[in-house]
Amino acid sequence: MAIDIPRIPLGDWIEGGLDFLTSNYSIVTRGISEVTQAWINVLNDALMWLPEWGLMAIIALLCWRVGGIRLGIGAVVGLALIWNLGLWIPMIETLTLVVIATLVAIVIALPVGIAAALSDKLYGLIMPVLDFMQTMPAFVYLIPAIPFFGIGAVSAIFATVIFSMPPAIRFTTLGIRQVPKDLIEAADAFGSTRSQKLFKVQLPLSLPTVMAGINQTIMLALSMVVIAAMIGADGLGSEVWKAIQRLRPGEGFEAGIAVVILAMLLDRLTQSFRRTKKAQ
Amino acid sequence: MSETQQTKIQVRGLSKVFGNQPKKGLELRDQGLTRSQIHEKTGQTLGLSNITFDVMEGELLVIMGLSGSGKSTLIRCLNRLIEPTEGDIVIDGENIPKLSDKELLECRRRHFSMVFQHFALFPHRSVQLNAEYGLEIRGVDKAERAQKAREALKQVGLDGWEDSLPSQLSGGMQQRVGLARALANDSTVLLMDEAFSALDPLIRKDMQQELLELQSRMKKTTIFITHDLDEAINIADRIILLKDGEIVQSGTPEEILTHPADDYVARFVESVDMSRILSARHAMRPVRATARDDDGPRTVLHKLSENGLDSIYVTDRERRLLGLIEVDAADQAARDGKQNLDGLIHNDFPRVGPDEPLHNLFAMFCDKSYPIAVVDDDQRLLGVVVKGAVLAELAEAGAH
Repeated sequence: MAIDIPRIPLGDWIEGGLDFLTSNYSIVTRGISEVTQAWINVLNDALMWLPEWGLMAIIALLCWRVGGIRLGIGAVVGLALIWNLGLWIPMIETLTLVVIATLVAIVIALPVGIAAALSDKLYGLIMPVLDFMQTMPAFVYLIPAIPFFGIGAVSAIFATVIFSMPPAIRFTTLGIRQVPKDLIEAADAFGSTRSQKLFKVQLPLSLPTVMAGINQTIMLALSMVVIAAMIGADGLGSEVWKAIQRLRPGEGFEAGIAVVILAMLLDRLTQSFRRTKKAQ
Repeated sequence: MSETQQTKIQVRGLSKVFGNQPKKGLELRDQGLTRSQIHEKTGQTLGLSNITFDVMEGELLVIMGLSGSGKSTLIRCLNRLIEPTEGDIVIDGENIPKLSDKELLECRRRHFSMVFQHFALFPHRSVQLNAEYGLEIRGVDKAERAQKAREALKQVGLDGWEDSLPSQLSGGMQQRVGLARALANDSTVLLMDEAFSALDPLIRKDMQQELLELQSRMKKTTIFITHDLDEAINIADRIILLKDGEIVQSGTPEEILTHPADDYVARFVESVDMSRILSARHAMRPVRATARDDDGPRTVLHKLSENGLDSIYVTDRERRLLGLIEVDAADQAARDGKQNLDGLIHNDFPRVGPDEPLHNLFAMFCDKSYPIAVVDDDQRLLGVVVKGAVLAELAEAGAH
């Protein structure tokens, strides 16, 4: 016999909260929206102003210098394929979103990660929030993004930043906490201030770990940016989305392969950065 | 050690309780409870209890104890890497536990440099930049700190390694970098926390010698922590022995070895090779009879037979040792009617200073059957060491 327990209106509360935010802070959200959109346009235009072969050459050169000749050749082959498939412009749009979302995520994540590493209280506060951010299905972030920032790229970046930020915070915290205790003691013993200790000892020593976190953030950002096509973000994701709607598996796979190529390039590139930093 | 010494650091009634109710721990201690009783009752660990000692300007003070004796806590309380619970630590008029954070920073920069057991070098910095660290954070300008760091590296024999990374160096060399980092800082006190304990025995001996050499040049006030009595004996001007967070004994190495305060110290002492520590002074006996250089052969013969000797030392009026006369030679000279000792005195016997380690005396006994004469710097005869006395002294010291 079912007892009639009233349903907790959790969803209503959340909606109420979001409504409150959108109606009262629309100036803020609109401001953020406009600034972000401007950034997106600038970066997009800059990347598209370059001829395809020009950008290809720049990326390939970077890959070669940082990751070796194999990565350089891989970049040329991969990008040439994307160009050939006619996915160059969506690829640029996706790249722009990833770059901007990652930058925003890092700018927020580093100070938060450092603060959580230095304060046990903050650590206890932030870690559950990170768990929440990471386990919440990614799509859910898209829904409130629309009332805040409208349909399109800015909402995509908002959702992407939230989804991709946790690893950068986690790894930064981990990296700083892993600095051996005796090195901290040495820094203290010579009379370092807190900021001297942070910038001369803790951060340099945690750099490889922080870079691993940034690598993870980039990968998550890429996956989210593709999903964000559902709220109207342009790019490779919207090519996949179109293919789904028209039931064209061939086109869908083509766009999907372009995403994979972009992901591999970004991953190998950031990992090589990490290794060269370590080897120095 | 001979010049008049000034007190550099005064430690008075220093205690440290680890736990969340440190005052409670101290209260119980004052009621006479032991360390383990306090721990059982309250969960508080009494790390240091009522430590009082002075550190003299320019001395090398060794704080020794087994693990858990509180020696690492003690050295860290001095520069407040660990906050003391109560007590005073006064250095040049400043009471360290009372300093504000800012003053503490200043105090650490000016007074303390530390050398760590596991080196604690910054792996991302070159040897040069490691040595510069202390100066860098004090805001010393680039050229000056580079210069000072290079000098410090040179002092520890690392010139030419400036651009290497610590990971490219052997353990011994890494600790030289640690030492250079501390020396470059030009602080007034050097804290060495088991600085050589992670090194293998041969390198360790070398480093001890080098520290002594540096010390003889620089006369830097040094507090050295170790669990190794051999090391302590080797380098210390003075030793403080710590057990269960309390001072058991303090004194010169010799005082501790010859008069251990209790069983704990005695057990420590047993592990030391006494023959390296004790010197001729300890095994020396007074000379029963001596001849004077203006005695005649008959007087000498009389003194020999009176004391049952077959040879006798000859001294001048100031008791300066001139040599030895054998009973045969004296007898012959008396029969020949000689009036003085000319040509009878020989110097074919060993003589040593009072500080000669007993260890070195064994070899001398092997060559000759003569006893060993102990003389001071002016060749005055202080006493004599016979083989049996050396062994007796060693046996006695070991049995303490």
